[in-house]
Amino acid sequence: MVDGLPRNVLYIDLSRKKYWVKDRHDLFEEYLGGTGVATKLLEEELPRGADPLGPDNVIVFAVGPFNAVYPTASKTVAMFKSPHTGNLGESHAGGRSAIAIRLAGYGAIVIKGASDLPVWVSVQEEKVFFRDARALWGMTSSHTVGRILREVEPGSGIRTIMRIGRAGEKLVTYANVITETYRHFGRLGLGAVFGSKKLKALVVSGKKSIQVSDRKLYREVYDEIYKLIVDSPLMKKYHEIGTPVNVNVLNALKALPSLNLQCSSLETAEKISGEYIAANYLGRRVSCAHCPVACIHLAVLREPYEEEPYFYKTTFVGYDYEPIYALGAMLGAKEAKSMLELIDLVDSLGLDAMTTGVVLAWATEAYSRGLVSENDLGGLKLSFGDYDSYKKAVQYLVEQPTELYRDLAKGLDYATRKWGGRGFALTFGGNEMAGYHTGPAAYANYAFGARHSHLDNAGYDLDQETIGRTLEPSELVRRLYEEESWRQVLTSLVLCLFARKVYRPEIVSKALRPLGVEMSVDDLYKLGKKIYREKYRLKLREGYKPEDVTFPKRIFETPTPHGHLSESYMEKVKEEYVKLIRQVVTEE
Amino acid sequence: MARLVITDVNKCVGCMSCMFACSRRFGEGGLAKSAIHVSSIGGVERGYKVVVCRACEDPPCAAVCPTDALVKRPGGGVLLKAEKCIGCGNCARACPVGAVQWDLENNKPIICVHCGYCAEYCPYGVLQLVR
Repeated sequence: MVDGLPRNVLYIDLSRKKYWVKDRHDLFEEYLGGTGVATKLLEEELPRGADPLGPDNVIVFAVGPFNAVYPTASKTVAMFKSPHTGNLGESHAGGRSAIAIRLAGYGAIVIKGASDLPVWVSVQEEKVFFRDARALWGMTSSHTVGRILREVEPGSGIRTIMRIGRAGEKLVTYANVITETYRHFGRLGLGAVFGSKKLKALVVSGKKSIQVSDRKLYREVYDEIYKLIVDSPLMKKYHEIGTPVNVNVLNALKALPSLNLQCSSLETAEKISGEYIAANYLGRRVSCAHCPVACIHLAVLREPYEEEPYFYKTTFVGYDYEPIYALGAMLGAKEAKSMLELIDLVDSLGLDAMTTGVVLAWATEAYSRGLVSENDLGGLKLSFGDYDSYKKAVQYLVEQPTELYRDLAKGLDYATRKWGGRGFALTFGGNEMAGYHTGPAAYANYAFGARHSHLDNAGYDLDQETIGRTLEPSELVRRLYEEESWRQVLTSLVLCLFARKVYRPEIVSKALRPLGVEMSVDDLYKLGKKIYREKYRLKLREGYKPEDVTFPKRIFETPTPHGHLSESYMEKVKEEYVKLIRQVVTEE
Repeated sequence: MARLVITDVNKCVGCMSCMFACSRRFGEGGLAKSAIHVSSIGGVERGYKVVVCRACEDPPCAAVCPTDALVKRPGGGVLLKAEKCIGCGNCARACPVGAVQWDLENNKPIICVHCGYCAEYCPYGVLQLVR
């Protein structure tokens, strides 16, 4: 029976410089792809209790049946053990990654072992090459690495070039992997896992066809979805101002975490808003492969060289809501330019922008309270709005000249155990918060979502929908669970979550049909719950204890659109979540 | 006869919807059958090039075909008589803009027939069919 599901898994062993392919149609049949398949592959390959930065850790990249088949199916799921939380790591990125992996002929790529010397790996359909990356190791900017690989590798236009920066090499636990220069496997430290394996980059290219079982129906369903996307409000919202449209929205709601969440709005928010940057700096909008929306916004900075008249450099900086929140609002940016410069620097170092901003915001407050000294900070007097100091500080997070920076390079959960200041360390389950101080659901999301990411279940959405009323804790947890389990389906296909409102369950079911996959809406919901369960089983296997999750005091001190959050209410939410997780994992 | 034109390449966002559409003409997913190729001009921040047949009146690809598999199309460009094609690749090498893509699965050139299907999926009007 011909079906349009992926089937081949490429295994790469960096220790032995070997690779092989296995037919794993079984996994794709049961879990579709993406998150579902990655969870199972990681569970199979990862030794229990493996050191996240040891050779035993495993990286899985998985795509799904919609990649290279339907529009906005542009994402790749990466799964690994996170050096940042010490538990399950899952991060998604677009660019051309998903299309390249699928059209190279794979549903997933599993990377095991560790190389003795720096390498990059180039996958060209059936062939895999191990290339000497010693000359690239230690390079100042991840942008340069991308430029070099573009010249020496084939597949222009159809390839993905995933690479790490210095932060990954230096094992900063929130180092990211950058793909196509402006997209990131941002969270939970995939870059450090690359670094620990001496893997500087992974290049994948391919141009295969994908056979469907009903060609006519495929074209019909494609057209229906394409039309829904280009006519939907998402097209306008994300293409025009892009995700930074949220800066002004959240600021007006008083939900924009600012100055280490001492405030929930920023006086200068307008100057770092999506509208302001679009009007003054926007240079180009580009898109991920197979996505007509084109939400990627690039700002242009024209910077003069002080010592040489009429000599300028032009830099393109990718910007989105989250980096603006973390490296702008949290650090008290007064204008866009130096914030954009900081975003660019963080990118070239290969750090996760969100965690970096939250770490620096904590360090700024810790310094003002005397918990850390100027000496600890490598001679910097951090203060909100002082971007010259922040530019040095991000380099120190990578270079780690002092004990404080060595600790901060492991994240706030680690650093505050030693230095104190946990009450204002905005970290949840070991991961620093996203940019939504919207209310109780957002915090329940950060604390108990599988990735501790706002995208797990969009608690911020639920908060905004319920302003003015308080859900019963059990109801709040139930709603988040429903959302998160459904999202497991979307990220197994693998769709961009921005298109979630187009890909309703009925549409997903319909779109699977031409691929030869019959799944009812009910089947899909069941699958989502099953993947959720499998993920939490793996988390628990690796030592996750939802009972141990705590909320920093700070979130109760600064009012949200739901007013001041109540500690006792959040304790009840926690009880409900713990109960849910403990119960779900026992279900068959 | 209609032919495909690039109106303003600066408006291309690199979404590849046109390439996927071209492959989908045959009811396939993926990119193996695309007669169009979009790639950056050296980093996506610089923009893209959209390489597609220009519908030459006197096409060099046809001139170098040793088996007369490529015949002139009325209104410009060529048509492929696949049964005559031996897959030598002369046409692809002869096209100075690199607009003859290659079908690696069948070892034949992919020849744009200027049907305009791709243009229907270009959200930013970069590709257009003119008559």
